[in-house]
Amino acid sequence: MIAFMIRRITQALIVIIIISIIGFAIKQSVGDPLRELMGISVSMEEREEFREKLGLNDPWYVQYGRFLGNAVKGDLGTSMFYKRPATEVILEKAPATLELVFVSSLIIIFLSVPLGIFSAIKPNSLLSRLLMGGSIVGVSIPVFLTAIMMVYVFSIKLGWLPSYGRGEVVMIGGWGTGLLTVDGWKHIIMPSIALSSIMLPLFIRLIRSEMMEVLESEYIKYAWAKGINKKRVWFVHAFKNTLLPVITVGGVQLGVTIAFTILTETVFQWQGLGFMFMEAVERSDAPLLVAYLMFVGIVMVGVNTIVDMIYGLVNPTVRIAGVK
Amino acid sequence: MMTFAGFKDSFLWYSFKRDKIAIISLLVLVLLVMVAVFAPLVAPYDPYDPEMIDIMNSEIPPVWEDGGEKAFVLGTDSQGRDMLSTMIYGMRVSLIIGFGAVALQAILGVFIGLFAGYHGGFLDSFFMRAADVQLSFSYLMVAIFMSAILQAIVGVARFGEIAVPFLILVIGFSQWPQYARTVRASVLAERNKEYVEAARVAGFPSAQIIIKQIFPNTLSPILVLSTIQVANAVMSEAALSFLGLGMPIDRPSLGSLINSGFEFIFSGAWWITALPGLLLVILVLSINMLGDFLRDVFNPKLYKG
Amino acid sequence: MSTLLEVKDLVIKFALRTGEVTATNGVSFTLQKGERLGLVGESGAGKSVTGFSIINLISKPGYIASGEVDFQGENLAKVSDERMRSLRGNRISMIFQDPMMTLNPVLTIGTQMTETLHQHNPGMSQDEARNIALEKLRKVYIPSPEKRLAQFPHEFSGGMRQRIIIAIALLTDPELIIADEPTTALDVTIQAEIMELLMELCETDDMGLILITHDLAVVGQVTQNIAVMYAGSIVEKGATSQVISDPQHPYTQGLIAALPQSSRQGERLNQIPGMMPTLKDIPPGCSFNPRCAHVMDVCKIEVPQLRVGKNGNLVACYLYPLKKEQR
Repeated sequence: MIAFMIRRITQALIVIIIISIIGFAIKQSVGDPLRELMGISVSMEEREEFREKLGLNDPWYVQYGRFLGNAVKGDLGTSMFYKRPATEVILEKAPATLELVFVSSLIIIFLSVPLGIFSAIKPNSLLSRLLMGGSIVGVSIPVFLTAIMMVYVFSIKLGWLPSYGRGEVVMIGGWGTGLLTVDGWKHIIMPSIALSSIMLPLFIRLIRSEMMEVLESEYIKYAWAKGINKKRVWFVHAFKNTLLPVITVGGVQLGVTIAFTILTETVFQWQGLGFMFMEAVERSDAPLLVAYLMFVGIVMVGVNTIVDMIYGLVNPTVRIAGVK
Repeated sequence: MMTFAGFKDSFLWYSFKRDKIAIISLLVLVLLVMVAVFAPLVAPYDPYDPEMIDIMNSEIPPVWEDGGEKAFVLGTDSQGRDMLSTMIYGMRVSLIIGFGAVALQAILGVFIGLFAGYHGGFLDSFFMRAADVQLSFSYLMVAIFMSAILQAIVGVARFGEIAVPFLILVIGFSQWPQYARTVRASVLAERNKEYVEAARVAGFPSAQIIIKQIFPNTLSPILVLSTIQVANAVMSEAALSFLGLGMPIDRPSLGSLINSGFEFIFSGAWWITALPGLLLVILVLSINMLGDFLRDVFNPKLYKG
Repeated sequence: MSTLLEVKDLVIKFALRTGEVTATNGVSFTLQKGERLGLVGESGAGKSVTGFSIINLISKPGYIASGEVDFQGENLAKVSDERMRSLRGNRISMIFQDPMMTLNPVLTIGTQMTETLHQHNPGMSQDEARNIALEKLRKVYIPSPEKRLAQFPHEFSGGMRQRIIIAIALLTDPELIIADEPTTALDVTIQAEIMELLMELCETDDMGLILITHDLAVVGQVTQNIAVMYAGSIVEKGATSQVISDPQHPYTQGLIAALPQSSRQGERLNQIPGMMPTLKDIPPGCSFNPRCAHVMDVCKIEVPQLRVGKNGNLVACYLYPLKKEQR
């Protein structure tokens, strides 16, 4: 297990280094740091002097080394728009996005697991057919369209829910949470449902198909032959085996969910990372773009590594392979 | 080989005839593609022609609503363009990008999958690692990043001119790993089979073995995957355009139409967003339904995720 | 001796999309307490389906269309699901074909053993269940069973796994074990070992055994009686030694003649011409008639009843006259 973990963490580090190279390349090609710092009314000589001073004339690998060194210290440059360290801006905006992803994940997990299992063990029931039919429609509706339709129906027509923003936010340390106020919850309902609207049907279908495959296996037939009751066969023998592929896909799909936060946050003007990212794109705020890339990359790699470790804990085959 | 293919075709046909949903989906899809192909003939107006647009006609609701006009069956958008025509041209753009992106990723992915899977070794692990990294970021994230960065580099104005080939490139590139993985899995399954072994012993060059012996076996997963990927590509394009990273509003796709209409739903002009949205959903749904049908018929092992 | 199990006129059908297919067509046999019976036939003859039908566990879309499975006064073809479940793995245990696929990969051997005990003995303590599991593992000669309980299936070889499956079958001291090709998936050297173990355990505990196999050599080694199946029907029944040394039905004769024998070294092996029909196109009359060397007109019209052959075997063949009492 420890060897497995070390191998997995090394891989994660390599991926993060690759991401940092991409980030560095972006930083080099987008925007001109001089113009940001000095304005345009500066003579060529002064410019050149400043370039030299900032190390912009160094070979790229020296500059990359400096970039990486600073990044490790948590310094990803200064946002051109906010005039503050990019890391600071990211950390300020992150809670909003993380809370959104968290609530959506809860919706996805608590609905997809029971519904997926149900439609696998009772494939011919009316509810299962409705679920299958509904899920393919759900997968075909873009997240932003779901979001817009919800705004139109629940905010504009019915006036039940607020159409934008996070509502009342309570600060706990550096973390601004909207999950402690009624107003905050009112604001998060629609964004989180919109965000889960494609993942949920996808997971229901995934759990269903994996579970159905497992239910056909010899070891399940054997469990029946041992006289084990239905509940135990379904929820222990079958579901535990269904979990493995679902965990793997879950890790991969987190990346898609983060991409979807950009769409969701744009519709609801949710003051999180996705909204900040789109603003940074419009303003060509290169340091902030790079900081976002690095942040998302590290979160993604981190989650995938953790998912692999959980996989290793659930799957006895991996566990033993790690010991050897 | 021929008889086997013949059997599969007939089984495909046999299942298709019995599946009402598949038939309807195909009919809808064919109809939509035809409309898109013959857009200049079908659409009542040319939305690209500034001569035909009158700003005075803006935000006219569809004909069945109060204030609707017969000249604009589905109403007009904020710039006074006929919704129906704009949607038809928008769908055309969406489909061009969708099919183009899938063609590109299929070529990339199949090529990499076949050769990496057959030869193994360094190339194989290099490409599969790359695929892992890209997949863990998700295709949409990669596409959003690439568009955002490129737009920042070339500037919004110039970006509009090269948007179509650029989006094909971005979406195509962001989705190649699915193909590479799926093809590679089939190759690995076939590589050690005896007929491949026999061909190798007989001294055929590896390129010929790959193309003539192994490639045909990867066709049915490729077909299923391609169907799903067209839907994904259309959705990705819509997402990018919705974010303002895709098609500009003077040459809109369905996504940019939805985007441009979004601000107007607050003033009650729901149709500017809802109608292109509906068309997009029908388009994607019909492709997904066909994909589901094909997946059930061929039952291939696709890479999950 | 008293009767343990009586299968009467069992008809199993498969409801396929293209129509119904008959998998067994009126199979009957009885099993005494402690008797070991071999159910022999080619793949597709309906022997596995017959075995699974006893515990009502035929894979869909198969179902019991008619007939009885009388186990100690109960018709298992008709009992409730809950009653059937309480018998499975308790009084009737099953051993599956491929030990590599049979055990659940994510549960420890210990869990897979004790859960069976807990299921059938709700009040049993964890320790008690563990002790029984250990005892049974020792019985099948698993070394250091205490350590083994905490391990997962993939840590065992195929032969070891099949031993564990036998141990699981023994947990509740069942009256009947149904073994479906228990050695087919194993190495030849291990096959004999497992078979011997199974026979020894049945003998000492006086358990009934239905051994489903296509391997006549295996049956000869283990069972007292044999029922030979062909295309969904039993064509010959009798004492193992009788059937093997003096087969009566032309199909059984062909089967025995096809076995390699040391006395006929260097000769070509015999084979029965043609192939067993698939379930969809079983011919009218005796299903063996297209391949039979002794075929008569009557064979193509009506299915022959079982009758007593020359040496006391029961044979479904018109070559032998029906006795008066049978008519």
